[in-house]
Amino acid sequence: MSALSQHAGVARVALRRVFASPVAGFLNILVIGIALSLPAGMYVLLQNAQGLVAQLSGPPQISLFLTLDANADNIAQLRRQLARNNAIGKIEFVSRADALEKLGQSNGLADVIAGLESNPLPDAFVITPKITAARSLETLRDELQKLPYIELAQLDSAWAYKLEAILEFARIMVLILTVLLSLALIAITFNTIRLQIMTQRDEIMVAKLIGATNTFIRRPFLYFGAIQGLLGGITAWLIIALSLYLLKQPLATLSQLYASNFALQPLTFSDSFSLMLFSMYLGWLGAWLSVARHLSRIEPQ
Amino acid sequence: MISFNQVSKRYPGGFEALKNVSFELAKGEMAYLSGHSGAGKSTLLRLIAAIERPNTGAVLVNNQNVSALKSGALPYLRRNIGMIFQDHKLLFDRSVFDNVQLPLQICGSDHKETGKRVRAALDKVGLLGREKSNPIALSGGEQQRLCIARAIVNRPSILLADEPTGNLDAEYAQEIMNIFNSFHQVGVTLLISTHDTGMLQSNRVRVITLKHGEIQTAPPVTQEGSGQAASSKPSVLSAAEGSGL
Repeated sequence: MSALSQHAGVARVALRRVFASPVAGFLNILVIGIALSLPAGMYVLLQNAQGLVAQLSGPPQISLFLTLDANADNIAQLRRQLARNNAIGKIEFVSRADALEKLGQSNGLADVIAGLESNPLPDAFVITPKITAARSLETLRDELQKLPYIELAQLDSAWAYKLEAILEFARIMVLILTVLLSLALIAITFNTIRLQIMTQRDEIMVAKLIGATNTFIRRPFLYFGAIQGLLGGITAWLIIALSLYLLKQPLATLSQLYASNFALQPLTFSDSFSLMLFSMYLGWLGAWLSVARHLSRIEPQ
Repeated sequence: MISFNQVSKRYPGGFEALKNVSFELAKGEMAYLSGHSGAGKSTLLRLIAAIERPNTGAVLVNNQNVSALKSGALPYLRRNIGMIFQDHKLLFDRSVFDNVQLPLQICGSDHKETGKRVRAALDKVGLLGREKSNPIALSGGEQQRLCIARAIVNRPSILLADEPTGNLDAEYAQEIMNIFNSFHQVGVTLLISTHDTGMLQSNRVRVITLKHGEIQTAPPVTQEGSGQAASSKPSVLSAAEGSGL
């Protein structure tokens, strides 16, 4: 109980120190908040983009073109085989006659088609897999290719690869930004704590003289870093929430024009929690590094 | 309680502050450490609190070799030693009460106990009414007393005072000496450095005299038998005076 109340006391002292000079304290927190809101905000947009792209492009499909010698029995058997595969969702059969008809309708090639002696198109299955990851789709395609009477299994995958490449690119960018700005946050805290240690030199010296352990001396600085980091994280969260709020209306108008009902999703509870915890940890780490570097130099004389 | 065994301390640059110093201070004993400025009084006190380490020899406090202590163990040694500094080393960003409270916070004593002990210590040095003041508002003598209150609030078994009356007039100095005497009566071990020869005359206490880093006279003057102590006084005093004070 005593140890707990001691920690509470130290936390209170540290909180008071954060706002000892209100303007400087607030600016520090704002800088941390802005620095963190950039990668965190990009992360939110990335999550939303993923949802949007999936919504616009529809699910991926695999086309199975059958050999020309496949008869009705073969086709029925193949259909049963496909239905047993867990990875496959919807199965649609397109007969060669239907395919020819569709081709004639859609591309205005009716004359050309009418001139053909026989139908050159094969029967086909168009299946919709339940899975979406590019790598697994490829495996499924290879698996289907091996079935009897399949001339060609074609994965409609170009879009999936492109999408994944774009998202991967964005993800790496967010990652780089996160690393860089995290370092900046650590540096900010490091410097703030350094200044504090310098101004509290006398106090540290006296405390050492009358028997303070390093843990005791370090504690308020670590609390300071953690509190400043946490407040920075909360600021970042508020910046993101406000930005999303401001973007909401224009985006709704835009998506209506595109006949879509897309809406920006805010940070989830667990993402918000992680953001604040991460920010707090970075503040603590910056303080720890600073204290480790500067405290040992102050020895009583 | 405190024992020096052939201790030498040389500072970087070659200045030899203490040369082959040996003496013992028994538990509950009170002694003055006298000598000209630069004789090594402060260095000696700092060696006891392990603020500095000797080059050769051993400093024992409570049968513990202080010079061999790991830095992690130093805080626990210092908690048992109350230190009174000539320059007070008070913190002016907090009240008198908070200054005295600091050692208790460091040891982690609980809130209720802290208040009681701080007031008891302030009462002892006659500053009870000033607990809310800032130390900067106190006179030199009061600041010195505040420093004493901070040193004793933790009830250490050893008190070290470095020139506690250095900057004070005779009346204040006597007040402070009376406070020290009262600690001595309750069994605290005290070592008080001073160059105030008047003080040495007025109090019949053992005197350890340093001259250029060496102990001048044989110290074993016990306090029992005041006649014996009185008879040894002149030689000590002449040594102190002869040192150019």
